[in-house]
Amino acid sequence: MADKQSEGGPPRGGLTRRALFKGAGAAAAAGAVFRSLEGAAEEAGPRSQGPGKVPVTLKVNGAERKVPVEPRETLLEVLRLPLELTGPKPVCDRGTCGACTIWVDGEPAYACSVLAVEAAGHEITTVEGLGNPDALHVVQEAFVAHDALQCGFCTPGFVMSCAHAVKTHGKDLTDAQVRDACAGNLCRCGTYPHVIKAALAAAKKGG
Amino acid sequence: MPREVTYKVGLIGHEQHAKDVEGTTQDITVQIHELDAEPWGVDTKLEHVGTEVPRVDGALKATGAAKYSYDMQPPGLTFAGLVYSPHAHAQVTAVDASAAKAMKGVLAVKTMEGQRATYPGKIVAAVCAESEAILDDALASIRVTYDVRPVAAVTEDAMKEGAPQVTGRKNVRSINRRQPPDASKAFTEAEVAVQADYRTAVQTHSCLEPHGCMVMFEADGSVTVYASTQATAGFASRRFLQALGVPRSQVRVITQHMGGGFGSKFGAMEWDALCAEFARETRRPVRMMLSRRMEHLVGGNRPDSIQAMELAGTRDGRFLALRGRTHGTYGNAAGGGAGAANTAVYRIPVTEMHQNAVATFSARGAAFRAPRHPQGFYALESIIDRYAGEIGMDALAVRLKNDPHPIRQVQWRIGAERIGWKENRRAKAGSDKGVIKRGVGCAASRWGQAGRHMGFGGAVKVNCLVERDGSVAIESCVQDLGTGTRTLMAIIAAEELGLTPTQVDVRIGDTRYPPGPGSGGSTTAPTIGPVTRNAALRAREAIGALLAAEWGVADHEVGFARGTFSAPGGKSTTWAKACSLVGPEGLRVQGERRRNWSSPFRETAGCQFAQVAVDTETGVITVEKVVAVHDAGRIVDTMTARSQVNGGVIQGISYALYEEKHLDRAGGDMVNPTFDTYRIMGIQDCPAIDVVLTSVASGYNNPGMMGLGEPATVPTAGAVANAVYNAIGVQVTELPMTPARVLAALERRQG
Repeated sequence: MADKQSEGGPPRGGLTRRALFKGAGAAAAAGAVFRSLEGAAEEAGPRSQGPGKVPVTLKVNGAERKVPVEPRETLLEVLRLPLELTGPKPVCDRGTCGACTIWVDGEPAYACSVLAVEAAGHEITTVEGLGNPDALHVVQEAFVAHDALQCGFCTPGFVMSCAHAVKTHGKDLTDAQVRDACAGNLCRCGTYPHVIKAALAAAKKGG
Repeated sequence: MPREVTYKVGLIGHEQHAKDVEGTTQDITVQIHELDAEPWGVDTKLEHVGTEVPRVDGALKATGAAKYSYDMQPPGLTFAGLVYSPHAHAQVTAVDASAAKAMKGVLAVKTMEGQRATYPGKIVAAVCAESEAILDDALASIRVTYDVRPVAAVTEDAMKEGAPQVTGRKNVRSINRRQPPDASKAFTEAEVAVQADYRTAVQTHSCLEPHGCMVMFEADGSVTVYASTQATAGFASRRFLQALGVPRSQVRVITQHMGGGFGSKFGAMEWDALCAEFARETRRPVRMMLSRRMEHLVGGNRPDSIQAMELAGTRDGRFLALRGRTHGTYGNAAGGGAGAANTAVYRIPVTEMHQNAVATFSARGAAFRAPRHPQGFYALESIIDRYAGEIGMDALAVRLKNDPHPIRQVQWRIGAERIGWKENRRAKAGSDKGVIKRGVGCAASRWGQAGRHMGFGGAVKVNCLVERDGSVAIESCVQDLGTGTRTLMAIIAAEELGLTPTQVDVRIGDTRYPPGPGSGGSTTAPTIGPVTRNAALRAREAIGALLAAEWGVADHEVGFARGTFSAPGGKSTTWAKACSLVGPEGLRVQGERRRNWSSPFRETAGCQFAQVAVDTETGVITVEKVVAVHDAGRIVDTMTARSQVNGGVIQGISYALYEEKHLDRAGGDMVNPTFDTYRIMGIQDCPAIDVVLTSVASGYNNPGMMGLGEPATVPTAGAVANAVYNAIGVQVTELPMTPARVLAALERRQG
């Protein structure tokens, strides 16, 4: 997802996420964006990393993955390539649409707004880590059963948000709680009513 | 030999609401080609068709296993990106890419000096690099010098005398195909006439997966393209093929899944061609996907509209004439995507519409889900409610009086009951006490697509493959946009073969398979459904012939019902057992899409009702409930059909309340090209949506199918606008109905 509106200097219409992170030094930028990493940022102190690639060990879907990353690279970029987990999707590039939603230490986060170096030492879960076509997570199963998807590009993000809501509220999950959980996810095909149905059905099943 | 069949077409079920309506079913006689299946009529009993079937690729999508073009990343993948003009009108005088060219990891750079940009987003340079990070650095290093010229960014500015010309022609151009009739006599003589101006904003498609592709040269010199397209067979344009430097026969286009198109993604665009050139030059796989900003700038849009409307009628609610003058911009392409469709629903004796396209300095529009309809229906249905208010007649009664479509007559009755029209419609608009005022409104929909026998690349065909273990596969190059094409093909083949939909392996979205349709105009389902049936039928006949030989009976003596073959003398066997007669190479037959028949149910009907609450202090509109009643010919899968209607309603509300492409009037650039500034509807805004599908055996093709994608979004904005009018007693005459516009309308009412 790269192109520039050029005049010389940064693109108008706001910084891209990568431009924002670039050169900022890993620790500085992420703490504000990413609450659950505050502890890690403190330990690391103000030292800067890069600009070249640095080795990072990421714990993704239960497996340790050692990858060299540029400090400016987002977790989303590193998950998709080189880790080849293309479930999380790049869409808005600025923490608005939720198509890249993953869990970090069990909490939902936008992978496009987290630096890969910051995610080291944390448990990362992507949609692929919830289940696969032969062994669906209860929320994924409900998404299929209630047709909570159309083109499917936003679906991994919605699945992660709903699965978190189901995990948090259990059988008592309400319509309003599903809407809250998915308030940071956008769908252009207009699948929201079925998403709500699916999440509530999954909760009832005891997700 | 063609054969003649007489059968019943029209509405299936809904007897209670149809009992007072004439003409909801009819017997028709059609000539059926020998390669075409017997028609399914109103009374045909079907096992899977018309039921709730989960989509067959749902598990892939819910687990992230579905691969989109954006997800294609073979070893050695390289990344392409663009530098583009921020100016709507400028001459590109110099492009300095020397720094980019010198960067390690930059593989190729192209610059386009000397070009004239007539829209922001015009490509001025392109780079191919080893990584996305290097690509970013390279793009940022390119310096472009522009000679900036004056612009006419918005429609009104371009209409002004002396406005800068976008093309060699005048900015404003009539797009009427013929001179419209003169309605002045009808207006002079009419008892009642109402007049109002309505406006709608430019809406961008906002597909979540951006436009783009991944191009890869294979070892044998052929090319594989993974494209985010609505037409695998129509993607490789002449420019794209030139860029690749290989003949069409060497190019394979694949679209297994795609993240939204809505009319904006057909043939390869300039960025795709640049991607192809990079692939040819570097001999590496190259991926080029637009950024979100570029997607908003050049990824397509629905033209805006300024509609000056007049409606004349009698005191007792009969329409006499409609007159209107519309202007809308298709961007720098002066062409015909602008305009407002609004004359094809009601019985109106004279319609005098003057439609104009206005060229502006912005990227061209694109077909967008029901082109010209949402804007036209918003204005038409709004002026009808104004007329109903003027004569003091119930707005629904006016519609029932002027609507000639028997199916829509039934749908109005169903919808009115489910929204609680009698209880919830304010007899006096704006009469609620207090700050929050509620109201209900309604609007009609139409469409009329029964599919086609020709697709991109020739007559539409589908393969059916049967293996000796009884397993079945269906093949076509047709793509599934998320509408459920795969699933409906599985359902139809299963119906014909006595299997379950999950037993049919549907292989689509690949130009290696037989020619299929592009997915536009709600033509995909009614194009591919009938031919899928024919393919399955050919397979069934072929297995039947093997059995006939085995049993020593004539082919025609072998019958088939509910998955079991039988023949006189008590012979009987299952599908799976019969298939053991197939040779080790399997059986491969092909079905052909035959021409449509004709039928009285040419137009599909629909209507929607909305209930809103308007906060008169803040101007915020909340849509509380929508009832959407739609006919799409025979509904094959009620589950995916309901998803489509939900989507049409949601996009329609989003269009009515939120979406607007804001331009800098001085420079022409889009000022809200991000999802936090260009708002599309979220889940918190989503009302209860009650979808009612009135299946109709259309009589146009063997299953009786029609299209559904577009009609579901046609009436929504009109219904919401009329509900707002009913709630606050004044019309908000501009979409989107933002809080500011609602407050301004309330002020006008008081003033």
